[in-house]
Amino acid sequence: MPNIKIPVNHAVGLHARPAGEFVKIAAAFPCEIQVRNLSEDGKFVNAKSILSVLSLGVKQGYTIEIDAQGEGAEDALSTLKELVDNNFGE
Amino acid sequence: MKSVEGLSASPGVAIGAAWFYQPVELGYTRRIDADHAIELNRLQDALSQSKSQLTTVVKKTLDEIGEDEAKIFEAHLMFLDDPELIATVKQKISLSLNAEAAVEEAVDGFAKTLLAMDSEYFKARAADVLDVGRRIIACLVGVDLGVMDFPVNPVVVFADDLSPSDTMQFQKDKILGFCIRRGGPTSHAAILARSLGIPSVVSAAFENEWVASADQVIMYGDTGKIIINPEKAQLLEARAVQTKKAETWKSDLQHATEPAITTDGHVVEVVANVGSLEDAEQAVLYGAEGIGLLRTEFLYLDRDSMPTLEEQTQIYKKILTVMGTRPVVVRTLDIGGDKPVSYLGLEAEPNPFLGWRAIRMINERPELLRDQFSALLQATSLNTDLRIMLPLISNVNEVINAREIFNEAKQALDNQGEKYAQKIQFGIMVEVPSAALLVDQIAPFVDFYSIGTNDLAQYTLAVDRTNERVASLASPFHPAVIQLIAQTIDRAHVNGKWVGLCGEMAGNTIATPLLIGLGLDEFSMAPVAIPTIKNNIRHLNLEECKKIAEHIRTLATTKEVLGFLAKK
Repeated sequence: MPNIKIPVNHAVGLHARPAGEFVKIAAAFPCEIQVRNLSEDGKFVNAKSILSVLSLGVKQGYTIEIDAQGEGAEDALSTLKELVDNNFGE
Repeated sequence: MKSVEGLSASPGVAIGAAWFYQPVELGYTRRIDADHAIELNRLQDALSQSKSQLTTVVKKTLDEIGEDEAKIFEAHLMFLDDPELIATVKQKISLSLNAEAAVEEAVDGFAKTLLAMDSEYFKARAADVLDVGRRIIACLVGVDLGVMDFPVNPVVVFADDLSPSDTMQFQKDKILGFCIRRGGPTSHAAILARSLGIPSVVSAAFENEWVASADQVIMYGDTGKIIINPEKAQLLEARAVQTKKAETWKSDLQHATEPAITTDGHVVEVVANVGSLEDAEQAVLYGAEGIGLLRTEFLYLDRDSMPTLEEQTQIYKKILTVMGTRPVVVRTLDIGGDKPVSYLGLEAEPNPFLGWRAIRMINERPELLRDQFSALLQATSLNTDLRIMLPLISNVNEVINAREIFNEAKQALDNQGEKYAQKIQFGIMVEVPSAALLVDQIAPFVDFYSIGTNDLAQYTLAVDRTNERVASLASPFHPAVIQLIAQTIDRAHVNGKWVGLCGEMAGNTIATPLLIGLGLDEFSMAPVAIPTIKNNIRHLNLEECKKIAEHIRTLATTKEVLGFLAKK
């Protein structure tokens, strides 16, 4: 299953605007996408759900793990990676 | 007849019918034998109805208030679309719950998860989820939350508490006054009411049984007195006061742009407290001779990342342009754990007013202050009269360190060949008693002092002014606070420095003779108070005021001080 692990460097972590951007992009892909807080060894949650993503409690410097399965999985992962790597466009 | 004493939050007299503001009740019965197909259909309808409502709200907020406020409702739209939330609701419906109960249980579950994360940010998000849930349920039971059942004729609004958004939701021309049971004069609702110019009383201990909707009430915003079902004589008196006030206001406003000179020729500066570009525009309209307090927190709140240097410069530039060559005193960031902002590293603290806030951020986050200085300098033109002011100073080192950072920011701009205002003053807020006691020692490093009486009272009298049980003890008319004010002015003048006052006291007509008599140089207040205070000053005599001040310095209690001033 395609899978990536990336650190979140944004000052607010994966909350507020960054979380919104993340979910919007995830929701645009047809495949199933899951994400978890790797730094706290958390459970995978639906990456298309803003409430679930917020509840991960990902702070600045934490690493997240993203899983994607199905149509466009590779694309989805590389787009999300780009978003996080580019500090959510800031 | 029944009367209640509250705290003055916004001046003026309101006479009219009482009206209770209460959030709408959404009554429904929880059922565990509902038909899945029917409930799913109802849910779908309620969701699309909520979505179209929220889309309208986003647009309305964007048009009428601003982008940042609109973002709150954009986030609500995302919650409405959340696949996990919807899946949870549907799963509950499949267990034969009716849609209302399913939505309530689902949002409660998500809200609990968020609340367990224990930070102000998540508490606010939990409130958002509950709000979205309430909207969906309202659609299910057929209640339109968007349309408040508001009386046609203007009323005096009675409320248990009002959030800022509650306050903004009312139509200004339908409100005669606000009478609020909770909160203090510095609560958000009170500040908002003042800027809207609506008479208001807070911490008003009325019982619901004392007043019914449509009962006639009189509310004195200046003194905090409320009379329910008044006697005829009281009503006539209130009407007379109101008419007189309206006439006086009209004439005060006509003379607002003229200077404030006492009958014996003593001139003082009357300037405005401002927290946005709109405030600055209003200030000029009301005759402000400058800005005595520009709060800069608005640049940092309700966002999730640092405002860029460019953004800061732009907004300062707009405000400075409105003010032209008038003096503008800018207070650097005054924020703390009462408003946790994660990107600033601010966390909720048990005692945010005694905690890591304002100038105390200087060692850990010097770049905040440097950027602010740099943005301010770049926003000036050569003839801007910029005056920088540091909040919460409690020792000399803070002033020295900040000045060093200021010099660095200047040096950096000099190196780039940037031009900025030629004349810039540097000063501090006197709001901690230690600063008032160290005026002499601080003098070599500053050009001026500005007394923040709200916080000076809070810190001198050991009163948390956000705690309504003790808030009324934090009076700037307490003899100890007056001693500190007097001493600050005396020592500053000995050192050849000027002194301003930017707390609520500056805009309180009762305090004007005292402050003139103490020798205050600059009065800074809410723009709406300027015409009245200027007129007041024009009727005072400096020598007489000095005698008043001298006598007040011998008094022992707040009550004596207020009693003496009331007779003047």
